[in-house]
Amino acid sequence: MTGFRIPKLTLSALALFAVVEGLARAGVLNGYIVHIVNLSLIYVILAVSLNLINGITGQFSLGHMGFAAVGAYVSGTVTSIVFKLQPDSTIGYAVFIAAIVLGGLAAAVVGFLIGFPSLRLKGDYLAIVTLGFGEIIRTILNNIPFVGGPRGLLGIPKFSNFGVILVATLLALIVIRNLIESSPGRAMLAIRENELAAELVGVDTTKYKVLAFMVGAFFAGVAGGLLAHLLQIAHPTQFGFMGSVLVLIMVYAGGVGSLTGSVIGAFALTFLSEGLRLVIDVVAETTKLPIGGEWRMVVYAVLLIVIMLYRTEGLMGTRESRIITLEEAGK
Amino acid sequence: MGTIFNVQQIINGLQVGSIYALIALGYTMVYGIVRLINFAHGDFFMLGAYAAYGAFFLFNASLAGLAGKGGAVAFLALVASMAVGASIALLSNRFAYRPLRYKPKLSSLITAIGVSMFLEYFLSALPIIGPSYRSFPEILPKTQIAIGTATISNYVVLDILVAAVLMIGLTLLVKWSALGKAMRAVSQDKDAARLMGIDVERVIAWTFAIGGAFAGAAGLLSGMTYPRIFPYMGIQPGLKAFIAAVLGGIGNIPGAVLGAYIMGLAETFASAYNSLLGEGIAFAILIVVLLVRPRGILGEKTADKI
Amino acid sequence: MSALLRVEKMTHRFGGLRAVSDFNVEVPEGAIYGLIGPNGSGKTTTFNLITGIYVPSEGKVLFEGKEITGKKPFKIVQSGVARTFQNLRIFGSLSVLDNIKVAHHFRTKTGFFRSVLRTPGFKREEIAVREEAMSLLTLMRLEGRAKEQAKNLPYGELRRLEIARALATKPKLLLLDEPAAGMNPKEVHELMELIVRVRDEFKVTIFLIEHHMKVVKGICERVKVIDFGETIAEGNPDEVCRDPKVLEAYLGKRGA
Repeated sequence: MTGFRIPKLTLSALALFAVVEGLARAGVLNGYIVHIVNLSLIYVILAVSLNLINGITGQFSLGHMGFAAVGAYVSGTVTSIVFKLQPDSTIGYAVFIAAIVLGGLAAAVVGFLIGFPSLRLKGDYLAIVTLGFGEIIRTILNNIPFVGGPRGLLGIPKFSNFGVILVATLLALIVIRNLIESSPGRAMLAIRENELAAELVGVDTTKYKVLAFMVGAFFAGVAGGLLAHLLQIAHPTQFGFMGSVLVLIMVYAGGVGSLTGSVIGAFALTFLSEGLRLVIDVVAETTKLPIGGEWRMVVYAVLLIVIMLYRTEGLMGTRESRIITLEEAGK
Repeated sequence: MGTIFNVQQIINGLQVGSIYALIALGYTMVYGIVRLINFAHGDFFMLGAYAAYGAFFLFNASLAGLAGKGGAVAFLALVASMAVGASIALLSNRFAYRPLRYKPKLSSLITAIGVSMFLEYFLSALPIIGPSYRSFPEILPKTQIAIGTATISNYVVLDILVAAVLMIGLTLLVKWSALGKAMRAVSQDKDAARLMGIDVERVIAWTFAIGGAFAGAAGLLSGMTYPRIFPYMGIQPGLKAFIAAVLGGIGNIPGAVLGAYIMGLAETFASAYNSLLGEGIAFAILIVVLLVRPRGILGEKTADKI
Repeated sequence: MSALLRVEKMTHRFGGLRAVSDFNVEVPEGAIYGLIGPNGSGKTTTFNLITGIYVPSEGKVLFEGKEITGKKPFKIVQSGVARTFQNLRIFGSLSVLDNIKVAHHFRTKTGFFRSVLRTPGFKREEIAVREEAMSLLTLMRLEGRAKEQAKNLPYGELRRLEIARALATKPKLLLLDEPAAGMNPKEVHELMELIVRVRDEFKVTIFLIEHHMKVVKGICERVKVIDFGETIAEGNPDEVCRDPKVLEAYLGKRGA
């Protein structure tokens, strides 16, 4: 082989880390901005994991936040219990990491249970069934008193910080990119392009659709766990249909089928969300009109409609930035 | 357990089913003709309720001659709700769905989600409407009627009757009118219908309008019967009516009605037994149908040409 | 030569319609066998039944003496039966090279973990797959298009790509569904040479559906004719083309 290949993605992540940490310690970036960056990174994980299912494998899943809910609740419950029993957190981080991974695995299992029977449905029907399952997960969690029921799971220890989240995001991108740019990844792409033809060149389409679902669910679960340990709460309403739609908008705005697009989409929409929140507050105060937060959702709705009507491929289409892809142009 | 299946519950189930039927018909007709799950359909129901609310205040206040003539106001409210339902449906079709008619279906589905989001949040963001509940005025005086062992309100009877009248009207339209025949032709083979000289887009528009009108009417009935309206009131009934349409066989008009009444009865009995079961039964039905018999009770197997 | 493919009493109904009726065939190993008939006679349905896309209402399909009736299509392909489609089913957004690589996938041993971890085994396999895919493209004179998006190719090259992709699964039996459709006479001639070369060099048995009589008479050793799902003639191309029943099926009752 050609020798040492520059790991552009890892270097970019290190650069981002250096910049953000440096500016934060120098007092230039306040905690609020860092918080938004943290949220953006978590949404990157959600967006790329959804993209693997929808964009790469072509299976339309509308219940993605359900997987995040599983991850949030499982990891949150584990850390809550462990720290009630052992408040001294010397092994704290190890338990946290283990809990996050456990949450992801639990979500992957749920992904398998949902995916296996559902993935023989096509298009619309698959969308509806995944929506239904997402809602079922939310309803179940809403009704389990052990994890807080409608009040949600409270008092989760705050283990998520910029460093941990950045590493998790980097790992998610590397794993999913490596998967896509490999033989199993080509099989998944073939399923998206023409499922029957894929089957007729020997691809076990069921196996790869379920695999995409499970990997996507795993990372959504990880993201959910990271979110729960950032906000210190896991609540059923965070993981409803509208949450899944928000991730969907990020994927489509960025470019369904492009990991780069999902990164851009996640950052753009998270920052847009905060920006809109501020704008609305300012406008409401200055004009003294009762303008509420619902206007943000109106903006998202219009954005989604406009994207679908005028630029379905989003920003990037299926193209990848050279920072993320391993393939050299013209290889 | 036997006490659940009494006359009272049966009638309640039929009433709930009637409202679901009016909504489910719109879902099934649109799916039958353009293979689109119109996510925004439940919101036409919501808009119908608000239209009726607005109509009530308009007519009650301004036309003094009608004040107190509940029946006339109710009728005008019904017209208003159907007109608004139809209009919003037509606008959605014209500006959001028609441009994507020949693109991959997924784009239309996502756009429909966007339209639904827009309608719900726009209404809740508007200062004069707002996100919270609003109580619906009593347009007709509420009385109790005794039927056997059950006591039900006249609203329940009204819901069932109005729905029945509208559904009979639709059946006549689909069976005997030129439009009905065109609708059936387009839903079977759009291209062949076009070659026969049928203006396909006009037929699609009419389908959306009728579906929207029925949803609007259901909105009025719902507003009257459970006297509360709010911008997100279309979500649950819309979802359940959709599941009912799938149960009966999506694309199949009698199927939608059948599925809706089954759903209404199932939900009523399940809630009487256990409220959590009542909440979840709709989803349970959806999962079972899609995994066991996706085409529904009356649906036909669609064969793809390979 | 033994029968590589044997179909026995295969019948298939779609609801009330009988698309294929009591179909029987023995395709000897190394043969080029033709299936012809008017449009809608059930030829593609027969291919769909053999490759597992539909499960026959009645009858058996045996490949290499073993029954494959009702098996899932990908398993049938993995055991050595490949096909092309009447309406091209190319992976449009993927590169031409990737289209071929997908067909190599089931022979690779790299699964999820080796791909994600980029083990040396993974890298070796990627190189091997790439080389095999490129050599197949070179054979089909498509190597210059390797990195282009498949959907940008002209029609004739797409047909060659589909054949190349089917060959990449290393089949023993290749079902070609109207491979000459939409081709001009020069392309048809090249296709005929290609099919014979494929049979000779790759040791692949060919079973093909065709409308172009030039192809059928030119390269098929034996031909079966079906109409309305029923077999109406069988034999070598010359015999079959003189058969009055066949002429009637194609031209109608005109005392042809």
